[in-house]
Amino acid sequence: MARSNALTAALAGFGAGTLATLANFGRFWLFSLHALSFVPVELVTVRGWRRLLPQCFHIGACSVPVIMLTGMFIGMVLIVQGYEQFDAAGLRDRLGAIVNISIAAELGPVLAGVMLAGRVGGALAAELGTMNVTEQLLALRSMGADPVRHLVVPRFLACLFLTPLLTAYADLLGALGAFGIFVGVYGGPPEPYWAFTREIVQLWDLGTGLIKALFFGAAIGLVSCYKGFHCRPGAEGVGQACTQSFVVSFILILMLDFFLNVVLNGLYSVWYGYRSLI
Amino acid sequence: MSDTDPIIELRGVTKTFGRQRVLDEIDLRVERGRNTVIVGRSGTGKSVLLKHIVGLLRPDRGAVYFAGQRIDTLGERALVPIRQQISFVFQLNALFDSMTVLENVAFPMTENQRGRLDHRKIRALAERCLEMVGLRGFERKRPAELSGGERKRVALARAIALDPPPRVILYDEPTAGLDPQRSDAINKLIRRLQEHVHVTGVIVTHDMKSAAEVGDRLLVLWNGRFIADGPPTEVLQARDEHVRRFVQGIAEPEDLRLINA
Ligand SMILES: Nc1ncnc2c1ncn2[C@@H]1O[C@H](COP(=O)(O)OP(=O)(O)O)[C@@H](O)[C@H]1O
Ligand SMILES: [Mg+2]
Repeated sequence: MARSNALTAALAGFGAGTLATLANFGRFWLFSLHALSFVPVELVTVRGWRRLLPQCFHIGACSVPVIMLTGMFIGMVLIVQGYEQFDAAGLRDRLGAIVNISIAAELGPVLAGVMLAGRVGGALAAELGTMNVTEQLLALRSMGADPVRHLVVPRFLACLFLTPLLTAYADLLGALGAFGIFVGVYGGPPEPYWAFTREIVQLWDLGTGLIKALFFGAAIGLVSCYKGFHCRPGAEGVGQACTQSFVVSFILILMLDFFLNVVLNGLYSVWYGYRSLI
Repeated sequence: MSDTDPIIELRGVTKTFGRQRVLDEIDLRVERGRNTVIVGRSGTGKSVLLKHIVGLLRPDRGAVYFAGQRIDTLGERALVPIRQQISFVFQLNALFDSMTVLENVAFPMTENQRGRLDHRKIRALAERCLEMVGLRGFERKRPAELSGGERKRVALARAIALDPPPRVILYDEPTAGLDPQRSDAINKLIRRLQEHVHVTGVIVTHDMKSAAEVGDRLLVLWNGRFIADGPPTEVLQARDEHVRRFVQGIAEPEDLRLINA
């Protein structure tokens, strides 16, 4: 008897948790669609741009230093990791191509995305969460203004546009950092390094990396704004919203990365067939 | 619609949060062009009541009308024209952190009256309203740099800075945290707005002096219901035990039991 009660309680708890998650998921999509519905009008009005540009500064320009560091260290560490192995196998000249393709197609977008999820996502969730708990969102509504249009759309667009741009920056610094270590520390020859890179790394790799970054940016913007708008009252609620927005964005980035790779690789083989990297 | 119809009407409004019943079958008719003051212990649901008037909260049961139109069933978009006629001074002020004081005060105008007012007019009116609340020279500061009382006054300026002025202003504790002189100035401002510009005021306050000064009518909210309603002079002399204790600021015996024990 007691056992079946415990079982029922556990099942009920599980059911309630599932329902809450589903409801949250539904709310997230409604929120996102609501935000997306304002994108066209915000992009063609002066007022829309007035709201967007300051966000571009906060989200984009202020992230440049950390993004540069991220990119550079990825490039450098990849050379350190790979040099001896490739050298011993007689493939030293091709190392640059492998490192650069890894950065452009995979590591640049993912690590830049994760960096931005922490830096930008956390800040957005904290800012909007604070506005929520201090009734600023209610104040906007009480004046007949739509908080989603005023606050979410510019932040979402800034994340969407600038994540690919920042990723390109990370890619560039990654390539330069790798080259610096390759030539400066290991004394590798520079000409074949670039020659093989030119031969192997295609516009496709760079492009898919940037397309992925576009999706990551959208995810970061929407998730962190959603978390801020729906945070619990008090400082604790705002803190929770920050943490959750980072964790959820991070997981979404990894999941999106996986599924986008499956789709994009499929498209590549259909259009161009197989290619060998080595 | 005649002039004697109420501008705001609540009929049987009931609101619960979880198991807590905050408003219990509230009926309220707010007359046009007069100041209605609502007092009550903190936590009785005064702010919750004000939020129902602009559709920021929706009743579990009952109905809310503005100028004869039922509004508690309207969606966010349909509420916009209603909300543009009502200003709300929030208890926590709710100033926008990212904007300067001047931008805060000008915001409702730039948002809602852009077609009618040009840039320069908006600025001039915002500056004049700041002057009215004694905050000339604070235009470029940010809310975070102000004291509590100064923030309250910016919130007041933001509520009145509309041209034409709002039909209704909801004041949630407009004099809380202000010194007696400033409170007096704010009370006079609320009175002036009602007498000269015919703004209907709904004022929530704890300050009995302010209630007597600005109110044409005084209601006492107690456990989700109104237990007194009438001209301030009458209510302040009411016999009812709870009302008497509240207006004289004498604690309830049950609240003192633990303290005295
Ligand atoms: N959004 C909300 N969710 C849950 N409870 C709330 C909410 N808003 C107010 N309450 C509760 O309703 C009661 C009345 O709150 P309020 O109207 O702010 O009181 P006051 O009369 O001091 O303005 C309080 O006990 C508060 O805890
Ligand atoms: Mg209150």
